[in-house]
This record gives sequence, C-alpha cells and structure tokens, in this order.
Amino acid sequence: MEPINTFKGKAIALPIKDIDTDQIIPARFLKTIDKQGLGANLFTDWRYFEDGSPKPDFLLNQPRAQGAAILVAGDNFGCGSSREHAPWALMGYGFQAVISTSFADIFKGNCYKNGLIPIEVDESLHTELLESAAADEPYEIEVDLPNQLIRLPDGRTATFPIDAFSKKCLTAGIDQLGYLREQAAAIAEYEAGHLDRVSTL
Amino acid sequence: MTQPRTLFEKIWDKHVVAHEPGSPAVLYIDLHLVHEVTSPQAFQGLREKGLKVRRPDHTQATMDHSIPTTDRSLPILDAIAAKQVNQLRTNCHEFGIPLADLGDENQGIVHVIGPEMGLTQPGMTVVCGDSHTSTHGAFGALAFGIGTTEVEHVLATQCLLQNRPKTYEVRFAGALPKGVGSKDLILALIARIGVGGGTGYVLEYTGEAIRALSMEGRMTVCNMSIEGGARAGMIAPDDITFEYLAGRPNAPYGDAWDDAVGRWRRLPSDEGATYDKLISIDAATLEPMITYGTNPGMGIAITQPVPDPASAGANGESIRKALDYMALEAGKPLLGHAVDVVFIGSCTNSRISDLREAAQLMKGRKVSPNVRVLVVPGSEKIKKQAESENLPEIFRAAGAEWREAGCSMCIAMNGDQLAPGQYCVSTSNRNFEGRQGKGGRTFLASPLTAAASALNGVVTDVRTMLG
Repeated sequence: MEPINTFKGKAIALPIKDIDTDQIIPARFLKTIDKQGLGANLFTDWRYFEDGSPKPDFLLNQPRAQGAAILVAGDNFGCGSSREHAPWALMGYGFQAVISTSFADIFKGNCYKNGLIPIEVDESLHTELLESAAADEPYEIEVDLPNQLIRLPDGRTATFPIDAFSKKCLTAGIDQLGYLREQAAAIAEYEAGHLDRVSTL
Repeated sequence: MTQPRTLFEKIWDKHVVAHEPGSPAVLYIDLHLVHEVTSPQAFQGLREKGLKVRRPDHTQATMDHSIPTTDRSLPILDAIAAKQVNQLRTNCHEFGIPLADLGDENQGIVHVIGPEMGLTQPGMTVVCGDSHTSTHGAFGALAFGIGTTEVEHVLATQCLLQNRPKTYEVRFAGALPKGVGSKDLILALIARIGVGGGTGYVLEYTGEAIRALSMEGRMTVCNMSIEGGARAGMIAPDDITFEYLAGRPNAPYGDAWDDAVGRWRRLPSDEGATYDKLISIDAATLEPMITYGTNPGMGIAITQPVPDPASAGANGESIRKALDYMALEAGKPLLGHAVDVVFIGSCTNSRISDLREAAQLMKGRKVSPNVRVLVVPGSEKIKKQAESENLPEIFRAAGAEWREAGCSMCIAMNGDQLAPGQYCVSTSNRNFEGRQGKGGRTFLASPLTAAASALNGVVTDVRTMLG
C-alpha cells in the first residue's frame, strides 16, 4: 500500500443520512471476484436510469462533481452490509476521503484497510461543510493525516479521530497483515494453551 | 475477589493473544465461516503473498448468496455467478477448507448451517465476511461480520486486530403477547434506537422475554443486531442452548460434553457486572411490527399509521425520502395495503420453526391470487426436515413456491427478485432501496405477518387470524 500523508481535493456533498452499502454498491455487482472496476457502478441506482443513461439530478452526474476526491455525506455513512466492495467502489471512482458525523463500524474498518480516510467531524462543522461543498464554487479541503486534521480554504482547521495503529499503517504504507504475521509465535503459544475448543472439526 | 464481568468481557479476555500499547488487541478466532461473495479477493491475497490457511480445521465454507434456488441439477445460468461459485470450489480445494457445496447435505445459508452443524458453540469467537454473523451470538458467542481484508487476515493467521467495543444491555422484561414474536421484538428495538444506535457497542439481550425464546428465536434477534448498528449481539447460554447443541455433529460428547457444559455455565454475566449503556423495553406492550421505510429503523406497530415527516424532527427529511421511494402516504396505516410478493426466508427467518409458523397459518387456505409467495428454507437440512413434516405440500396447496436453500430474495443476487415498484412483505432483514431488486419496495415483518399478508393479499394483523 502507498503511504498516505497529506492530500488536497475537491469536496462534494451528498446530504443524505444513513447511506447504506447497498446504495454505495448494490449486491448484483458483488458477483465479481476482483476488487477493480467497481467505481463505474458506485451509487449506480441513484446515478443511472434503467436504460443506463445518467440521471442529471444526481450529484455524480453534475459538472461540479468531476474530479472530486472528498465526499461529504450525511450521518451514519456506510451502514448495513459488511461488503468491502463499498470502499473499493468509492476509491475506484476517485474518492480518497469521506466526511460525516459518524460511520458504521464495519465500513470504517474496511476504509482504513484500503486507504480511504473516514473523517468524523462535529455536527456544526458538518452542517457547514455540507453547505460549502454544495456551492457552485469548487471547495477544496486539505487532509493532513499525520496531524489528524482537515484544513479548510479559509485556513481554519479541525481535528478528527483515528486510532494510532491505523494511522501508523496508513502513513507508513504498512499492510496490517504484516503486523499480525509478526505475532506468529504468540499465536502458536496461545493455540497450545487454548483447550476451550473441544471439537471434532 | 475478581471484578464482576459481562458475558462479552469473559469471551474477549479469553481470546486476546497479545495486546501491545498503541495497537489493537490480537484476537483469536475459533470459527471462521466463508461464503462465495466476500472471499475470492481474500484467497487471491493469500496466493499473491504465498500464504497458507493457518487453521483450515477452524474454517467452514458454503455457498448461499449467488446460487439459484431452483432445480439444483441444472447448471447456473448466470455466467458471472457460476464463475464465483467455481472460484470458491477451487479456493477450498487449494487451501484445504471443508466446503458444504451445492447438493451437500450441509449446504445452506452460512448463519443457518453453523449452528445446525454444531460448529457454533458458547464462549467462542466467530467471524464471517458477512454482517449477519451476529446471528451466532445467540449461543453466547462473540460473533461479528468482517470485511474481505479481514477474511484474509483470519485465513492467514486465525487472528484479527480489534479495538475493544463498548457494552450495551438490551433488557426485554415481561412476556411477549400472542402473535408477537422474536422478529417483532428486534424490529421494535431498532425502531427505538435507530440504525446507528448500537454503533461501537456489543449488545447483550437479557430479560424474561429473551429467556423464554427458543434458540431459533434468539438467532432471529441476534441476527438483526447489525441493523441497529451493533456488530455483535449476544445472549447468555442456558439449558435451552445446551439442549439445542446436544448431539449435533460437531458438539462435544461424552465426558467432553459435561466439561463443556460446566464451562459454558460460567459464561453468563456476573452479578454486579456493568454495561456502558442500557435500554429496557417491556415485551408485554409490543405488537406485531412492520417497516414502512428504507432502513430497518423505520418500523411501526402494525396498527399504527405511517409517520408524518413534518412532525418527525431531524428525521423528517429521511422519512420524506423513504416515503417517496415507497410511494406511501404519511398518516395512513399500512394495514390493508396491497402486496405483490411475500418472501419467507433469509438468515433471519428461514428456520424450521419459522416455516412451521407460516405453514400452520396457511394450512387449508389459499394465498391471494394477486400475490407471488416464495418460501425458501435456510438449509438443505431444514428442507429435509420440512419435507418430513409435509410442509411443502401445505405451501404448494396454498399456492406458494417451495424452493431450494439459499439467501434468495433477501439480497436478490441470484435472480429471485422484485420487479420495480412491487411491494413485498419479507421476513428478511433489510428494506434498503433496491435490496430485493431494483425499484422493489420491502415491508419487513415476522413469518406470521408475512403468511397472513400472503393469504389476504394485503398487509394484515395476524392477531385477527389466530384462534
């Protein structure tokens, strides 16, 4: 994984609460055995008519959305299914970060493992960002992961939470599996003493 | 004296392999369930890194999501689904993982077969690349859904990196009234706390109404914990749990069984153990529940009108959007609303007791000619059991379809789906936009409500049909 430190990108607003992963990428696209190619179907049922033509009212089909890297979305983003195809689709489209007041647990974990940054902000800033990112004027936000803050165009900053381990892995480009594999001796020792599993498996 | 601990804390503490400062805990996983949809990229990751599966003996695979529920002797017509199913066969063969393949006596929905095979046991950690893994918490296990990267982690190391969640006691006092079951109980909870109310928590369901539930009812409750935002929900094991497990293929037997039951009896939360959060609901006041909207938190008692967005405060906009998608009018009841399809199945409600309930109501009656009714058993074993009780005859005579085991119309990946605009009373777990087919509209409810609505062709309060 490439290290992620500081990046700047255009933010766009999708002011809908409780966006579930079925909306992000519907189940009929989960028959793939790859991670690639899902961006084309991100939000597909909100984005396209039955005949495949784009719905002009939907955010991603508007000119100002082109080249966007940061999605500002409503509360509790990513709820529902555990499908990792959701961050794969968001990243495949070109998003590098999502800003909301809260994220569903499994979705958040999936984001960290793929390098999509979930950014939690408080309600008042969230309301402001939803407005600013919906304006005609392009609105650029800088994400500073090492310092856990976002920098707004007017210079103001706001911090966001991320656990120390996920941050370390993302900024150094370390795969979390590497850390787990280094625990091999401890795992073997644990298994030797773990008699709880009485099983004929 | 040691600090009193909750059920969750006992299991968590026992499974921490290592915990370095500044890092999440390394948590050992006892049982890893695998299905065709969320695993191919994980196996590919292993291949690229030259890794093996550490504990194939703690892993069980099956296929459920992408497979047709029609005649199993026919090939899968969807070429992409067929490729995914074949990929799981290749992966299981290459990495030595037991697979309950199509046609195998153990095949079925992953959360149905784990308990059925006796793989799911109290005190265990159980994971699967599927959010409804919370189902297995009904046995007093810590069970939760994971992403595909984590599937790869568990395959490679039998461990996961986890930050400790908070605990939330959900207490159901009192006894459930007639016609009100475990599905109504969990829908009522989610309507109360919302789809994000449990985020960051592990739920523990307690109280008289929970103790009175069968294992199947408990699985229905734990299954939908994730719909309230909680990755896991659990219920302390008791005699009902042990009775369910006794004699199952993978359950301990002889002296080992006695030892296991001895250990399992120490799992329930200690007197004086505390939770980070608590909600208490009087089960005796509950009615059959139904959802009107596009997330499982948008639920009402079946006698209530659809809420008015104008008086719903901060949720107004979400409700307005949902009613627009559902083409429903605020202030009107759902009772009497026409239904096109009824789906009885899914990891929430496809077990033998669910099918028996539906069959009991449908026996000697006909479903409405305007309604297509699908009954999909959760597993091959349940299908066989239902056949031995002549349930398929009852369903067929009533005009319902009796199908092969799988996820079917809960997730609509396999061709079992709603047409745009259709209304479906469904015993599944999600009413998200398009979940049961693009443009389809879902009312989540219990098997009894689904069966009653199938017979009348409209949303029905089952209590009016019970003797």
